[in-house]
Amino acid sequence: MIAKLLKLQPSTSLSTDAAKKAPLAIEGLSVSYHHKPVVWDLSFVAPEKGLVAVVGPNGAGKSTFIKAALGLIPKLSGEITVYGKPVDKQRKLIGYVPQRGSVDWDFPASALDVVTMGLYGEIGWLKPVRKGHKEQALSYLEKVGMADFADRQIGQLSGGQQQRVFLARALAQDASLYFMDEPFVGVDAATERAIINVLKKLKDQGKTVICVHHDLQSAPDYFDHALILNVRPVAYGPMHETFTSENLQRAYGGRLAPSELSGLMSLAGQ
Amino acid sequence: MDLPLADFLQIDFPALLVASLAGLCCGLPGNFLVLRRQSLIGDAMSHVVLPGIVVGYLLSGTLDTLPMLLGALGAALISALLIEVIRRLGNVEPGAAMGVVFTSMFALGVLILEQTGASGVHLDVEHALYGNLESTLWFGLNDWSDILSADGLAQMPGSISRLGGVTLVVLLVIILFFKELKISTFDPAMATSLGFNARYISIGLIIMTATSAVAAFDAVGSILVIAMFICPAATARMWTDKLSSQIILSSVVALLSGCLGYLIAAFGPFLIGANYALNAAGMIAVVAFLLQAFSMIFAPNHGTFGRFLKQRKALREPAEI
Repeated sequence: MIAKLLKLQPSTSLSTDAAKKAPLAIEGLSVSYHHKPVVWDLSFVAPEKGLVAVVGPNGAGKSTFIKAALGLIPKLSGEITVYGKPVDKQRKLIGYVPQRGSVDWDFPASALDVVTMGLYGEIGWLKPVRKGHKEQALSYLEKVGMADFADRQIGQLSGGQQQRVFLARALAQDASLYFMDEPFVGVDAATERAIINVLKKLKDQGKTVICVHHDLQSAPDYFDHALILNVRPVAYGPMHETFTSENLQRAYGGRLAPSELSGLMSLAGQ
Repeated sequence: MDLPLADFLQIDFPALLVASLAGLCCGLPGNFLVLRRQSLIGDAMSHVVLPGIVVGYLLSGTLDTLPMLLGALGAALISALLIEVIRRLGNVEPGAAMGVVFTSMFALGVLILEQTGASGVHLDVEHALYGNLESTLWFGLNDWSDILSADGLAQMPGSISRLGGVTLVVLLVIILFFKELKISTFDPAMATSLGFNARYISIGLIIMTATSAVAAFDAVGSILVIAMFICPAATARMWTDKLSSQIILSSVVALLSGCLGYLIAAFGPFLIGANYALNAAGMIAVVAFLLQAFSMIFAPNHGTFGRFLKQRKALREPAEI
């Protein structure tokens, strides 16, 4: 396993050509809260046209990694490039779906308002939202099957519907690289299908999605790459190579029962 | 009751104007403060200005308004930054950070006041609490046309021009940066990821709040400043689920409580035969509270009783499925 990690190292160096063009290239990223490391020495290069699941136990630094990659929280060390340039210069290429619980759903805004926010980056500072933007936003609500709820105040929507509004907002950003923080948590079957459809479409369009995912059972079905994290990176690569019982057991510290593991392995096709 | 026009124009009109402007310049930014759950920052601001006022007085050596207001603004801005610093370094919740800053700044003001002998000068508590709405007089007005005449404008009280200027700036900032304020209030992480740095927008909002608080504080006192930051926005929120409508409605509520409150305070007692007037700032705050209480009960979607009525109506009608 260590040899495998070592073999990964040269390809993750940001000096290589592949890393320069990659949707997301991270080298030596460390983040800490109050002197306690949350993400430690993480290096990886996200593939073009790929769906990457970020998995790991609670407190493994999955959300922190996403926030640091987006430049939302300060990092201790490390270098992050998006399509070869610093994150700050590539904001227009990045879409973000935060955790549903991170916003106040009592806020006086309709579903359409929230989706329109995805266009704010394109509209730019000081310029007002025009009718055309609203129509554009409505077309994205249609794509997630939420057009009928456009005028509904967001607090009046179910959890799954709220998640779909967030997804439509991310689509409105028309980005090339997407970060999603647990979009599947607490949603109904219809929303789960809607999210999977969107993920597939994004992949077909050649986009890259980095998605924090809690459910180990479904990860091999939905994603084609996995980054297994427990503060330090445990493994990264194509799903069938990475999702081994050894790697998962290391990440979860032996907390997975053998039966759970064998179930997962059969799902991953091993 | 017989009220000569000149009396109304010189005494009541400026007071109504000050009450309206103070309501607008605090009520407008109040919308974002309430939605950000930072309503009490207005309260904090009206306390932290004390050391600024005292230092302004000591440095200038006069009881002129301008140096004291500049001192107040300086103190408010320093406090706004201190609140941010304590919140980040101490990792405490915003309410606690505000509590620490505004009590210690107020205490500092009291200490300076005691130590320098400035307390011998007339800097009274009553003024700070209730303001001097009733003593805002606009001399030289005998007819409506005098308001826009050169002579009339020249005699406009300083508090009106200051408040008018600040209100205009606040209004412009909110119209121009509506989109930025909206997204950074709803989803700061998303705002930052789109290139609208939520931290800078937040600091900008606090600076605007501080400026509004100082401009209004001098004219109407701290009770009304605190009430106007919170009540109009909270009242308007009960009636609408749209941010732009909420902001417009909150302005209407601010104007309504300002004018209604003043008129009741000034003329109410005479109407029932008593020969005195009530404190205007206090009455305006009471009216603002009554509007809020009425809305909390009767507003159709958010009011307790309004929601009950709506549910009962829905039960009687056949369900649409």
